[in-house]
Amino acid sequence: MRTICFYFQVHQPFRIKPYRFFDIGDDHYYWDDYSNKSIIRKVAQKCYLPMNALLLDMVNHYNGKFKVSFSISGVCLDQFEAYAPDVLESFQKLVATGHVELLNETDAHSLCSLTSKTEFNRMVENHKAKIKRLFNGYDPKVFRNTELIYSDKIGGMVAEMGFEGMLTEGAKHILGWKSPNFVYQNAIDPNLKVLLKNFQLSDDIAFRFSNKTWSDYPLTTEKFVNWINAIPKEQEVLNLFMDYETFGEHQWAETGIFEFMKSLPNAVFQYTDFGFNTPTEVVRGAKPVSKINVPVPISWADEERDLTAWLGNDLQNEAFSKLYELEAKVKKIDDPEIQRDWNYLQTSDHFYYMCTKFFSDGAVHSYFSHYETPYDAFINYMNVLSDFILRVKNKEKELEAME
Amino acid sequence: MKVLMFGWEFPPHISGGLGTACYGLVKGLVHHKQEIIFVVPKLWGDEEPLADFVNASDVVIDYRERKFKKIWKNLTYLEVSSFLVPYLGPEEFKKYTDYAMHDRMDVDESVFSNKFEFSGKYGKDLMKEVSRYALVAAQIAKSKEHDVIHAHDWLAYPAGIAAKEISGKPLVAHIHATEFDRSGETVNQPVYDIERAGMLAADHVVAVSHLTRKIVIEKYGVHPDKVSVLHNAVLDASIIKSDVRKKVPEKIVTFLGRITFQKGPEYFVEAAKKVIDRDPNVRFVMAGSGDLLNRMIERVAELGMGTKFHFTGFLKGKDVDDMYAISDVYVMPSVSEPFGIAPLEAVRHNTPVIISKQSGVAEVLRNAIKVDFWDVDAMADAIFGLLHYESISKMFKELGSEELKKLKWEHVAAKLVTVYDKLHKEQP
Repeated sequence: MRTICFYFQVHQPFRIKPYRFFDIGDDHYYWDDYSNKSIIRKVAQKCYLPMNALLLDMVNHYNGKFKVSFSISGVCLDQFEAYAPDVLESFQKLVATGHVELLNETDAHSLCSLTSKTEFNRMVENHKAKIKRLFNGYDPKVFRNTELIYSDKIGGMVAEMGFEGMLTEGAKHILGWKSPNFVYQNAIDPNLKVLLKNFQLSDDIAFRFSNKTWSDYPLTTEKFVNWINAIPKEQEVLNLFMDYETFGEHQWAETGIFEFMKSLPNAVFQYTDFGFNTPTEVVRGAKPVSKINVPVPISWADEERDLTAWLGNDLQNEAFSKLYELEAKVKKIDDPEIQRDWNYLQTSDHFYYMCTKFFSDGAVHSYFSHYETPYDAFINYMNVLSDFILRVKNKEKELEAME
Repeated sequence: MKVLMFGWEFPPHISGGLGTACYGLVKGLVHHKQEIIFVVPKLWGDEEPLADFVNASDVVIDYRERKFKKIWKNLTYLEVSSFLVPYLGPEEFKKYTDYAMHDRMDVDESVFSNKFEFSGKYGKDLMKEVSRYALVAAQIAKSKEHDVIHAHDWLAYPAGIAAKEISGKPLVAHIHATEFDRSGETVNQPVYDIERAGMLAADHVVAVSHLTRKIVIEKYGVHPDKVSVLHNAVLDASIIKSDVRKKVPEKIVTFLGRITFQKGPEYFVEAAKKVIDRDPNVRFVMAGSGDLLNRMIERVAELGMGTKFHFTGFLKGKDVDDMYAISDVYVMPSVSEPFGIAPLEAVRHNTPVIISKQSGVAEVLRNAIKVDFWDVDAMADAIFGLLHYESISKMFKELGSEELKKLKWEHVAAKLVTVYDKLHKEQP
């Protein structure tokens, strides 16, 4: 079986509104409803709705021979329910075809796998339940962690939860001479299969597609099919992992990205011996070649493929550690608003906005941040977190008083 | 006495303490029946009619005057030599100079026009405005009768010198801040040169504190007999009753000012850490902006006190009052502060203050804790003490209003009038 495995990440954070020092202790609503709603609506018009319509046509047209998979974060699903039921419905239709797979992740697109096993399990279960509720009882079998973060240990936890496979980055420093185009096994529990992103070919679509200074511009299906054919025969799986917003949002419709995707399956079927499969089909069908050792966590971000985009400077480490100091206390508090805010505050994007790696990947970072500087992002987050800490303390006192 | 006074800003359009001080001084002088012609580069029309205001932008210059040509010759070098922006940090300054460099590729055609539109801002064309302002000053000195000339800070010194050149009346140079206060030991030479020229040309120099007087004598070589001290005062000595209540249970310790070298923000951060280690029920607030802001944020994160140490950014208007009102302690750890009016504002809000010994205000404010700016242990002790031993805070609050009553602009102006009288009599 030689196959292409498409996985698209669908995620939008709950952005925090401008929250001043004077608001601490007074204003307990942190979320920027207006910009969250308008961003969801904008991306829905440019990407989610047209691309979902296109994919539905393609899946129907090829009668199930063309398949894709999605991971839709829980915080994004919440926003679809609130602001874009039409988008949610179009995803439901796609999943209902039986040829579109959904992956499990953490509900809040959180970094908790790095710090707390119990919180990680809870986040995964919550997301599972949300998918089940919104997608007609759907039960995901493959896991993708926030930002494709993976280590042997995280894989071990995922295996324990009963998943058959997990996705991560085909990071050069992990693979060495090895190819990402095979199925691997977790180093702790070989029952967990690991799929690695082919970042070369994935990023040709996701990042370089409309880059006019790229020597291979413009990217055509003919070129892409040639590159696929250049993959050595024994390499079976081509994992193309990317943000779903690539289609229409990062790469605008005018670049021809939709047409490219529309004609890709036909070119693949006609000129290559590849097909299309979903992650579950791949982990069940392909034979793993070996274990993959990842002692230190990797991710799909930036040149380094490490965690420094979220936990690389003092600001981020401070915000992260102060947040997770609260875990045990929050768990005891049965209050829907505290629980909601605890979830939303964990979203990795908040830490990404505080990244100060200006010079290497700053351009990509500033594209994704609505703050003028990482310092502004830190101040705003810490103000909110300070108020949240006060609320948690007050609830704690109430609990003690009741006992 | 008729005073021809040159300032750079006047309320309500101000960006620093200079405008406020000028306002207070003018008010005090009016109280003592002095007539004032107050010149600013730009008038906005909503200034309080305390003086005969002259808008430098409206003055038509008669270039045929021979003396003017001489003055202009001395000034052109100023214009081209530098683009200094004294109230900006290096980064903002660079932005401005970048603009300025490009702007200056073409020759200034306004040199030969009669009128010049001043911006009155501390902006990219500052030097151009300073020298142009001097030319206008000469024209005013020629057309407006006066007995004494008074110039505030270096921006107005070339104006004061030019006016003196025309009318021959005695000149008072008023020092609100020196280049050493603004930049530490790495002074901008052109600014220093202008300051020094102003002080040497002046018949008398007034400094806002003994601290500043000492700098004037030691660093600018001005004869001690020529320099006297004129402390600043408060416009309104009443205690402000605010109905703003803080919304957090913890006590609040506040730094409020520009976050620059001069204000010593890093000592506040280090002292905060020492206090929080002993008493977690305190929040620290750093209000303001400036070129050291990001470094302070990083340091706070590094010290792991991000949920106890807050940054508000630049505050204005009611937010400033509210900040004072909800503070339990106000700290001004300035490395070098010629005077520093902010602690007096804090006193007006009944907030106990800690000030550095390196500030002029320490010379007049008795009911305050005074520490060396670098002594973060002493600063931490003082903060802790004011937060926990209520008797000191209580005493400061009770005595604060009495103390403020002594710090009135009328008193300052009275002293200044004696200086004017003396200069007037000594005139040949």
